[in-house]
Amino acid sequence: MGKIVKYKLNGREVEAEEGRLVIDAAKDVGVEIAHYCYHPGLGNPGNCRMCVVEVAGVPKPLPSCRMPVKEGLDVRTDTEMVKRAQAGVLELHLVNHPLDCPVCDQAGECGLQDYYMKIGQYQSQVREDKEHKGKRIEAGPHVMLDQERCILCTRCTRFVDNVTKTHELGIFSRGHDGKLGLAPGKVLDNAYSGNVVDICPVGALTDRDFRYKVRVWYLDHTDSVCPGCARGCNISVHTNTRRPWHNDGKRVARLKPRFSEVNGHWMCDDGRYGFASLDADRLGKVLRLHPERVELPWADMAEELAGRLEGASVVASGMLSNEDWAAFKALFVDTLKIRDLYFSAEPDQIGVEDKLLRRSEKVPNLKGAEALGLRSGSFDQLAKDIEGGKVSCLYIIERDLSKVWGEARAKALLAKVPCVILQGPNKGVLGDLVHYRLPATAYVEEEGCFTNFEGKVQPYKKALEPIGSSRPDWEIFQLLGKAVGAARVKKGVAA
Amino acid sequence: MTKVLTRHFDEPKLHELETYRRLGGYKGLEKALSMPRKDVIEEVKKSNLRGLGGAGFPTGGKWETVPPEEKSPGPRYVVVNCDESEPGCFKDRVLVTRAPHQVIEGALIVAHAIDAHDAFIFVRGEYQDQHDIFAKAIAEAEAAGFLKHCSMKLMRGAGAYISGLDTALLETMEGKKAWPRQPPPFPTVFGLMGRPTVVNNVETVSMLPHIMVNGGEWFAKLGVPKSGGTVVFSISGHIEKPGVYEFPMGVKLREVLAAAGGIKGGKKLKCVIPGGTSMPPLLEKDLDIAMDFDSVRAAGTFLGAGGMIVLDETVDAVEVAHNIERFLTHESCGQCTPCREGSAWTERILERVLEGKGTAEDLPNLTRVGENITGKVICALGETVGVVTRAYMTKFPEDFKKRVPNNG
Repeated sequence: MGKIVKYKLNGREVEAEEGRLVIDAAKDVGVEIAHYCYHPGLGNPGNCRMCVVEVAGVPKPLPSCRMPVKEGLDVRTDTEMVKRAQAGVLELHLVNHPLDCPVCDQAGECGLQDYYMKIGQYQSQVREDKEHKGKRIEAGPHVMLDQERCILCTRCTRFVDNVTKTHELGIFSRGHDGKLGLAPGKVLDNAYSGNVVDICPVGALTDRDFRYKVRVWYLDHTDSVCPGCARGCNISVHTNTRRPWHNDGKRVARLKPRFSEVNGHWMCDDGRYGFASLDADRLGKVLRLHPERVELPWADMAEELAGRLEGASVVASGMLSNEDWAAFKALFVDTLKIRDLYFSAEPDQIGVEDKLLRRSEKVPNLKGAEALGLRSGSFDQLAKDIEGGKVSCLYIIERDLSKVWGEARAKALLAKVPCVILQGPNKGVLGDLVHYRLPATAYVEEEGCFTNFEGKVQPYKKALEPIGSSRPDWEIFQLLGKAVGAARVKKGVAA
Repeated sequence: MTKVLTRHFDEPKLHELETYRRLGGYKGLEKALSMPRKDVIEEVKKSNLRGLGGAGFPTGGKWETVPPEEKSPGPRYVVVNCDESEPGCFKDRVLVTRAPHQVIEGALIVAHAIDAHDAFIFVRGEYQDQHDIFAKAIAEAEAAGFLKHCSMKLMRGAGAYISGLDTALLETMEGKKAWPRQPPPFPTVFGLMGRPTVVNNVETVSMLPHIMVNGGEWFAKLGVPKSGGTVVFSISGHIEKPGVYEFPMGVKLREVLAAAGGIKGGKKLKCVIPGGTSMPPLLEKDLDIAMDFDSVRAAGTFLGAGGMIVLDETVDAVEVAHNIERFLTHESCGQCTPCREGSAWTERILERVLEGKGTAEDLPNLTRVGENITGKVICALGETVGVVTRAYMTKFPEDFKKRVPNNG
């Protein structure tokens, strides 16, 4: 922290760190200044000229994104000069803007719309035809570009130049002919390409996965944490429940990064687009599948399983929350004294790591298990034990063993175990080969905490109702724990 | 009439080192090198030399803002701006063609003053001949041992008008798009490759050898208070003898026109654009104003780079405004919105007015759009986009009114 100085904002004396940009310092005390090109993660080129303020003694409005706070500075954001300047510049932003809001996916979260309502509201004086540029340009696998809507704020080009350093985008041609485009021979396919959609203040860059699925004003936002890797990027889950017939019937419409010290302003495309399993292939019923398929109430299922859990081998994954891990430990380690626990990240959960955000461990919470002193056995050993007929009960929690061992081998191995229990949100390819299926909630349907690779404990909130009878993993473990206790009392074994 | 830069321009081989030295060339550099840097800067401050590329910023004052070595260790650079692109300006072309060594010598004096060991001359892409002349002169200077302490390299522009603006020029030199930087920081603190850099115009550096030899006071006395020395005008348009003329700072506009033979064909004067197309014009009644930075400024326009365009009574102000706005639209770099969008919009409204399709609302709208541009842009080009049309509308309202029905 630098020196704290006093300055005047709209006549009010406020404090800020010396050198902090006025646009940020004002926001800190609740004064939002309109802007397009400035982004705290991408710098302040000062090209949009929207964030102007009046400084005492200066005859012309000055951009607040280029103005450091200093002792005695006297700025106003609410004068006639500022309002006229902002409305005038907004008008110039809109001279050649197509104004195609009714068919634009950005509508509802567009900087041009928002500021027009807030500071524009003028009658258009444009009698000239609009300039035409490229429409529907596939910038990359995730991003669609509309050059006509672009206001050339350069946020996206600065992102690919300075953050990913992949340089796919550029402003080509000069002046009024200038347009955003792809560098020759390049495609916007870097691992963080979706962020350009978030930072685009207008509808120039839209999300090919999301566009035309649902209007943004029907979405609800819930703070969450990305479960895609051990980084634990803070995200916002945007859900569509008010118009269930939109978004192809899917409840989760999109994920957006949320600023935090863990991930800054960004998230990777793997995390952003990796939510298909939240609405597909889900388990909802508590089922016994052998000898015939029967749906059971949770209590009956718990009673039935209680007797079968002693001596089981348990497979889990870093998808479990800290709360899940605590209940997991209470049931399997403390009560059942099971030592055969397998949850380490195998090739199924190890992937690309880079210097920006992505971690090689593709599950969010192995740290949570480590913090409780849990140790994972080797999956190779487990396979050998199954081959050797040593495993009488295999309890699989939120893990797809077909991805650990390969589908054929996993199927062959499962066939050798007399009792296989699958607990989790998704059925997976092995879901029909098990004896019991226990539906668990996905992370968006529960609340909990993940501990990221740095040891930071981060809470995530419940965005959606559970599907069918599904319950959080920890609740299932508690239920089973009680049933095991009751069974032991019945048998006369001391709990 | 006192001449400083163009005094020996009648010498046929002035561009060669031998002739240049015979006439006193490189004596200024010799003198400068014998003086402490501080004293060189002091002498230039005393001379009241101001940047002749258009901004009119005191040259010595600019050098002084270069941080000292202990505050900013590492290289510092000199860049000579020979990206002369302002329509109506061609004096740098003549100064370079006739006396390239005068520029080189001046640049080396700047280098000494700010302790730079690398100098660059940035030549407009279209100036192929001048580039070659410089190349030859630099080779001569090198062979004669003048480049021992400071290297000198030539760089060429790619044709953008905006590259003539110092910060855009630096971006171009770094291989980027010619987008002006938003100061602060200024180039003397954060310039080429982020290092302290002095960017001076060809004419400005050409003055330096003479200031060194004859002293700052001598130079200051040639001009008026606050604007020392002489100024070189490029005169074109409806004038009998267009060309490059050198006058003391503060010369009356009337004298300048007379020296150039007066208005062509004895017609009446409509206006004079004093500093290059982007400046508001001066009228018949302004003929007695003194042509120096401050007096011209007081008359509501700018001395700029001395690109004087004379327009006679046959000219239509709407056509002039349209012509200039078309140029500015074409050359706007497109970085900041008010200039990019405002220039094109202004041009298109004027185009419609010229086609006879103007309406009563167009004139107040042109004024309004101009106001919305000026003062809200990054660089000087943007400022002028909003000024030019308004200036012609104010000075020649009848020309505009007769173009729109209901007299606007």
